[in-house]
Amino acid sequence: MEKFTTHTGIGVPLRQSNVDTDQIIPAVYLKRITRTGFEDALFAGWRKDENFILNQEPFSRGSVLVAGPDFGTGSSREHAVWALKDYGFRVVLSARFADIFRGNSGKQGLLAAVVAQDDIELIWKVLENAPGTEIHVDLESKTVECGNVVAPFQIDDYTRWRLLEGLDDIGLTLQHEEDITAYEATRPSFKPKTLPAKS
Amino acid sequence: MGKTLAEKVWDAHVVRKGEGEGVNAQPDLIFIDLHLVHEVTSPQAFEGLRLAGRPLRRPDLTIATEDHNTPTIDIDKPIPDPTSRTQIETLRANCKEFGVRLHSLGDKEQGIVHVVGPQLGLTQPGMTVVCGDSHTSTHGAFGALAMGIGTSEVEHVMATQTLSLKPFKTMAINVEGTLKPGVSSKDIILAVIAKIGTGGGQGYVLEYRGSAIRALSMEARMTICNMSIEAGARAGMVAPDQTTFDFVQGRPHAPEGADWDAAVEYWETLTTDEDAVFDAEVFLDADTLEPFVTWGTNPGQGVSLSQAVPDPDSFGDENEKAAARRALEYMDLEAGTPMKDIRVDTVFLGSCTNSRLEDLRAAADIIRGRVKDPNVRMMVVPGSARVRLEAEAEGLDKVFKEFGAEWRFAGCSMCLGMNPDQLAPGERCASTSNRNFEGRQGKGGRTHLVSPVVAAATAIRGTLSSPSDLEPLTQDAAA
Repeated sequence: MEKFTTHTGIGVPLRQSNVDTDQIIPAVYLKRITRTGFEDALFAGWRKDENFILNQEPFSRGSVLVAGPDFGTGSSREHAVWALKDYGFRVVLSARFADIFRGNSGKQGLLAAVVAQDDIELIWKVLENAPGTEIHVDLESKTVECGNVVAPFQIDDYTRWRLLEGLDDIGLTLQHEEDITAYEATRPSFKPKTLPAKS
Repeated sequence: MGKTLAEKVWDAHVVRKGEGEGVNAQPDLIFIDLHLVHEVTSPQAFEGLRLAGRPLRRPDLTIATEDHNTPTIDIDKPIPDPTSRTQIETLRANCKEFGVRLHSLGDKEQGIVHVVGPQLGLTQPGMTVVCGDSHTSTHGAFGALAMGIGTSEVEHVMATQTLSLKPFKTMAINVEGTLKPGVSSKDIILAVIAKIGTGGGQGYVLEYRGSAIRALSMEARMTICNMSIEAGARAGMVAPDQTTFDFVQGRPHAPEGADWDAAVEYWETLTTDEDAVFDAEVFLDADTLEPFVTWGTNPGQGVSLSQAVPDPDSFGDENEKAAARRALEYMDLEAGTPMKDIRVDTVFLGSCTNSRLEDLRAAADIIRGRVKDPNVRMMVVPGSARVRLEAEAEGLDKVFKEFGAEWRFAGCSMCLGMNPDQLAPGERCASTSNRNFEGRQGKGGRTHLVSPVVAAATAIRGTLSSPSDLEPLTQDAAA
C-alpha cells in the first residue's frame, strides 16, 4: 500500500447524510472481476444528473470529498472505496462513517477522517463560496485546513500508523503465523468443517 | 465483572492479543471458524492470493455458493448477461484452483449464502463467521459472532484464517412482551432501526434479549440479526438456547455423539453473565408493536403501518429534515398520506432477510383462498434450492402459483437487482428485503420494506396492508 502523510487537493462539498454504498457504486458495476477501473462507476446514478456536484467544474477534479454524517452505510462492497480512489479521491471527511466502509478505506489507503459536523458545515461554506478551494490534510498532525478553517480529525491510531507506513495487513499477520498454528491446535473437535462435504 | 455473550465469543477466538491499552491498543488477531464466499466480493481476493503466491490456508473452513448474480428462471441455460456469467465462471475456476467447496447453480444446496450456512448446520453457536457481505450478521442468531467484511479482509481470511479486529462495544436490545398476531420479527427490527437510526449501532455488537426474542423461532431470529447492519452495527447476536440446539441438531454438519454433548455443554455457557454490563441499552415493548413499514430511502425511515407519511419538518435535526425531503421526492410521496393508501406495483418475497421456509409458509397462509390484486405483480424467490424443494413438498408453490405469483429459483434476486429481477423506473414495491436505498432494486425503483405477512396482505389489497385489514375468509375459501 502507498504511504499517506499529507494530501492537498480540491474539496468537494456533498451536502447529504446517509450516503450508502449503493449510491457510491450501484450493484450493476460489481460484476467486474478486476480491482481497478471503477472511476466511471462512482456515483453512477447521481452523475446522470447534470447538476450533481461532480459534473461541475472545478469539483470534477476534486480529491477530498466532504460529506454529511453516516457515509458509506449499507453493503460491505469494497468496490465503493476502489471507485472513490479510481476517480481520484484520496480523502473523505464526514462526521460519522459506517464501520465496514471505514475498515475498507484503511486497507486501500483512502483516508476516512472523522471531522465534527460543525466543522464540516464551515468547510462546506468555504467550498461553496469559493469553488476550487483546496483542502490540506495532514495525517501526522491529524488536521484539515480549508480556507480559514482549521479543524482536527479523528482516526484510530492503528489505521493511522498503517497508512503512514503503507503496510500490508496480510504480511503483518503472517509474522504471527506460529500463533495461528498454535491456536488451531487447541480448537475443539466439535467445531464444524466444510470438507468433506455432507448434505 | 461478568462478560457479555459477545465478549465470551471474542475471548475464545483471540489468537494474539494486541499490545497497548485504550485508544492506542493494537487490534487483536481473531480466529475465524467459518468463511462464506460468493461470486461478487471474492474474485479480487483470489487474485490477490495468486499474485502474492499465497495458499488459501483453510479450505476446510471455507465454503462458496453462487447467489448475487444468478438468474431465477431458466437456470439450466447459460447465463445471458456476459458479465454475470464471467463472474460466476471466475468463482468456479477459483474454487477449483484453491480447493474450495462450491454449491453451483442447479445444485440442491445452492442459494443465498446466509441461508445455506445455517441450513447445512455449518453455522453453530459460539463461532466466528465472516463473509464478504454485510448481511453476514444473520448468523448471529445462533450466538455466533458474524460479520460482513470487505474484499481486502476476504483475502486476509483466505491467507491467514484470522482478522485483525479492535474489540467492539456492546449494546443490549431488550424486547419484552408478546407480539400480537400479524406482527413478526421483521417489525421488531424495523422498529429498532427507526428508534436508534442507521448509525445508532456503529461500533457496537448488538445482543437481542428479552422474552419476545426468546419466544422467536431460529428463522425469526435470523431476520432480526440480518438487519443489524442496517442500524450500523458490526454484528447482532441472540444467546443460544434449546430453540437453537433443536435447529442445529441433525443437520448435515452438526456435531454427533460425544461431540454433540461436548458442544451443547459449551454452548450452554454462551449467555451474558448477570453481572455483565453493556455499553448501551435500548428497550422495546413487544406488546404494543404494530406491523412496520418504511416510507423513505434508508431503513431507519419507517413508521407503523397504521400511521401516515411523516412531515419532514417534524424532524428536529437539519440533516434528517433534508434527508426526509429528498426521500419523499424520490419516493413520490406526500407528507400526511396514510401509509395504507399507498398503492404498489410489485411485491417481492425473498432475500436473506425473509426467504426461509417459515417466511414462505407465513405468506402462503395469508394468501391461501384469497385473490391477488390484478394490478400487482408478485415474485416469490426462495432463499435456497433446498427451501424451494421443501416448499414444493408441502405444496406452497401451488398456493403461490394459483394466487398468480411467480415462483422462482433461489438467489438474491430483486433485493439488489444484480440479475434481471429489477424494478422499472418509478415502479413501487413492497419488499421483504433489507434495503430501501435509492435505485437498490432497480434504477428509479421505490422500495417499502415489510414483513412477509404484510407483503402477502399487500398483494391482495394492492395497497400497503396488514393481515388484519383483510376480510375474513369464508369456510369454503379457507378449505
